[in-house]
Amino acid sequence: MHVLDGLYYTSEHEWVRLEEGDEATIGITEFAQDQLGDVVFVQLPAIGASLLAGEPFGEVESVKTVSELYAPVTGVVLAVNDTLADRPELVNEQPYEGGWMIRVRVGDRGELNTLMDATGYRTHISG
Amino acid sequence: MSGPEDAPPAVGLRRTALHDRHLAAGGRLVPFAGWAMPVQYESGILAEHEAVRTRAGVFDVSHMGRAWVGGVDAGAQIRSVTTYDVTRLAPGQAHYSLYCNEDGGIDDDIFVYRVTGERWLLVHNAANAEADFDRLAAAAPQADEVTADTVMLAIQGPTSVKIAASILGEVAMRIAPRTCALVSWRGSEVLIGRTGYTGEDGVECVLDAEAGVALWDALLSAGVTPAGLGARDTLRLEAALPLHGHDIDATTAPFEARLGWAVSLDDAAPFTGRAALEALRDKPPARRLSCLRLDGRGVPRLGYPVFDSDGPEAARVTILTSGAFSPTLRVGIAMAYLPVALAEPGTMFFMDLRGRFTRAVVVPRPFYRRPA
Repeated sequence: MHVLDGLYYTSEHEWVRLEEGDEATIGITEFAQDQLGDVVFVQLPAIGASLLAGEPFGEVESVKTVSELYAPVTGVVLAVNDTLADRPELVNEQPYEGGWMIRVRVGDRGELNTLMDATGYRTHISG
Repeated sequence: MSGPEDAPPAVGLRRTALHDRHLAAGGRLVPFAGWAMPVQYESGILAEHEAVRTRAGVFDVSHMGRAWVGGVDAGAQIRSVTTYDVTRLAPGQAHYSLYCNEDGGIDDDIFVYRVTGERWLLVHNAANAEADFDRLAAAAPQADEVTADTVMLAIQGPTSVKIAASILGEVAMRIAPRTCALVSWRGSEVLIGRTGYTGEDGVECVLDAEAGVALWDALLSAGVTPAGLGARDTLRLEAALPLHGHDIDATTAPFEARLGWAVSLDDAAPFTGRAALEALRDKPPARRLSCLRLDGRGVPRLGYPVFDSDGPEAARVTILTSGAFSPTLRVGIAMAYLPVALAEPGTMFFMDLRGRFTRAVVVPRPFYRRPA
């Protein structure tokens, strides 16, 4: 399973990529999309919505199942990947690139220290 | 390779003879009616669904109950426990039928193949296989249950019959819809029925386990796509075919499920549920199993409630008996029992998709019909 170095990861299989300033992009991992199967619908928050670390911020739905998306960090939504409305399969095809879900302004960068790095996540999914 | 009788049990789940082949094709196995069955293979449900709609897919349906019934009385014996008058079937003909309870509710839906004058094959849903066989054997003690020793493959799609014929012989091309034939293949007897559960053309083959594995290998070599339970469900729902345990069950009667055509009441022969069904036939049903298409984004699923509006006075009308994302139509589709007055195509409802009220409309069945 492809796990990218340089990203932060949650035990619920979300990834966080720190961008410049205090912005971050969030999506789900290759492991998560493989578990879900073909994604057919992604429910994302509106721009301006608040995220609270650990709380659900949306849903990803595959043919067979629905999964909640949990906020890895506290923050405010700056951008949403609208392409997923027409092409939800991008979550399967490019979980770390074209399948990105939201971009947020992070409230407290210290929260990232509570997340796993790539090595930690690799261990998590192989256990 | 080993057959189901010498494979070790996987956490108490039964395995078909194709278990190793499922794993080899990247199958994700899940428990289904006490069997370990593939919900999908490597390519995924959408790709498998598309393969069946545009080319050919193969499903291992060996978990379904299969019983041979022989003898000159077999037809009458079978008729006495099922709703369709199977004594009308000529050798080589097959028909869908039901096992009903004394109230007219549906205990299972089945297929009956009159293979020859005195050889009949009945196919039962896996979830009800044991109860179904007991019912059959009570009327036909000579019935022979062959589920564990045989394989059943459903080969479905526009190119499926041609490919099956390229392997099993030209006879396969000449089997008319809802008829069947026996062929000999690599020393084994194969029953081929021009039947299926996908809304596509296709055949279903029953043969001994070893030959069944060889047939699977030959089909995959010929380019047929292995397809699992996930695609089987999306395909049958697009074709508006009911699933027992969901759309039909012991509390639903045939007429309200649009299955009156599987019930024969004009012969004099008794059968389980006859009196109740006669009474029901004479009263128009209060509700009807209907097709609903989502008018928005999301996926309707079994059990989701359906309301008559999205306002504060919204009243719940029914719940979904089936629901899925339709890969062909790219929209959510569902089935539910609607009061007859509200079941006309064009009638609008609101489905509660986990808190999001989303508009849906009644559409004519089926959702998908294969091109002529």
